Amino acid sequence: MPDKKQDLIDQKLQDLNNDGVDRRGFLKCMAWAGTGLVWTLSGGIPVSRAFAKSSGRDVDKSADFSFVQISDSHIGFNKPANPDVTATLQTAINKINAIPHKPDFIIHTGDLSQLSKPSEFDTLDQVLRGASAKQIYFVPGEHDMLTDNGEQYLQRYGKGTKGSGWSSFDHKGVHFAGLVNVANLKAGGMGSLGHEQLEWLEDDLKGRSASTPIVLYAHIPLWTIYPDWGWGTDDSEQALSYVKRFGSVTVLNGHIHQIMQKIEGKVSFHTAMSTAFPQPAPGTAPSAGPMKVPADQLQQVLGITDVNYLVSGRSLAIVDSPLGASGSSASGNGGGPGGS
Amino acid sequence: MTRKNVWFAGLAMPVMIVMLLLLAGSPSVTANDQPSAANAEVKIDNFSFGPQTVTVPIGATVTWTNRDDIPHTVVSTDGVFKSKVRDTDEKFSYTFTKAGTYPYFCSVHPKMTGTIVVQ
Repeated sequence: MPDKKQDLIDQKLQDLNNDGVDRRGFLKCMAWAGTGLVWTLSGGIPVSRAFAKSSGRDVDKSADFSFVQISDSHIGFNKPANPDVTATLQTAINKINAIPHKPDFIIHTGDLSQLSKPSEFDTLDQVLRGASAKQIYFVPGEHDMLTDNGEQYLQRYGKGTKGSGWSSFDHKGVHFAGLVNVANLKAGGMGSLGHEQLEWLEDDLKGRSASTPIVLYAHIPLWTIYPDWGWGTDDSEQALSYVKRFGSVTVLNGHIHQIMQKIEGKVSFHTAMSTAFPQPAPGTAPSAGPMKVPADQLQQVLGITDVNYLVSGRSLAIVDSPLGASGSSASGNGGGPGGS
Repeated sequence: MTRKNVWFAGLAMPVMIVMLLLLAGSPSVTANDQPSAANAEVKIDNFSFGPQTVTVPIGATVTWTNRDDIPHTVVSTDGVFKSKVRDTDEKFSYTFTKAGTYPYFCSVHPKMTGTIVVQ
């Protein structure tokens, strides 16, 4: 994109969103249409980078560690929107492996498979075995629990987890909690965490120092993006009330197959792209189904669509409901994704 | 042995007629809240059940067809019926033998809801 045009977009965004958030870095991320994000934790503040930009140059030397989020592999999907989802997952893994600063682990935020078939999980496992980062944390998407109440998923990816597959772990001073919001969904509702998991989360976070950086990850967004398409979690507010007292909270989700970000006080929300196929921006299509674009334009269209939505979305589609009294500000969080 | 065969033949005829009707594309679903003469079809398109409300007589079979690129389910909110996951072009049928209102949804995408009214 020519600089002049970029500047114009930046200027417009600045006008639209006079909230002190640096949109320039974010926009550049949006223009990149890759298949995953690298998260670098520096001083407890996660910063995302697009693969294409981070590979081939020095990554921030002061970083404490980094990890990669991938999402929505949908292994088994074979429709026109992407007839070879295994190949695009492989591309994502190749890009992860090419990152000079080796990520400590990978988080997969669900929809590993299309139909929860053993053969699909087998294929996924085979591709993931090629990742240089050997530790992979999973949460299920709704596509991973289509049969036998998710037993197949839990046997393969849920070892040591509780309930329908939730768990937490600590890594170099950062506390991670992987949540499941795709089980026991109720008619007319959106994603759901459920009482048992909420109680567990409250207990899990209790007693931790407020200075501990917290990362919550789950498949369906833990913030309401578009209720008409079920892009939200009915009881996420309860979960977020437990992290209010922490100084740095990052929420990572998938499900919507496009990048979106919101910063609310000390909580930074971010959704990842799919490794399989794009989905339309909220309300721009009859439904949230796979977006069919010519294969050679796939990545380009992804990026453009995301940017368009971000501009209008800030003032229209995304409604801010501040958790704390301080209101919406980027200052407490250290800003949005940068360096990309 | 002979008697059994005759019985099967008697059963096979109406079954074949029903199948032919289904293949021909049942005209029984006309509009919402209109009682229909026979079986009904519900199409799943763009993450929605259409028609959203279908009224059928007792004994009617309703057949759902998933025409999306994404798998769906057809699950009674009250636990009366529950399909397996239905991928593209796959069908699910249920025969309603009691009068009543049967709300249902897709357990994968719970925003998708519909109602079968049996009169």
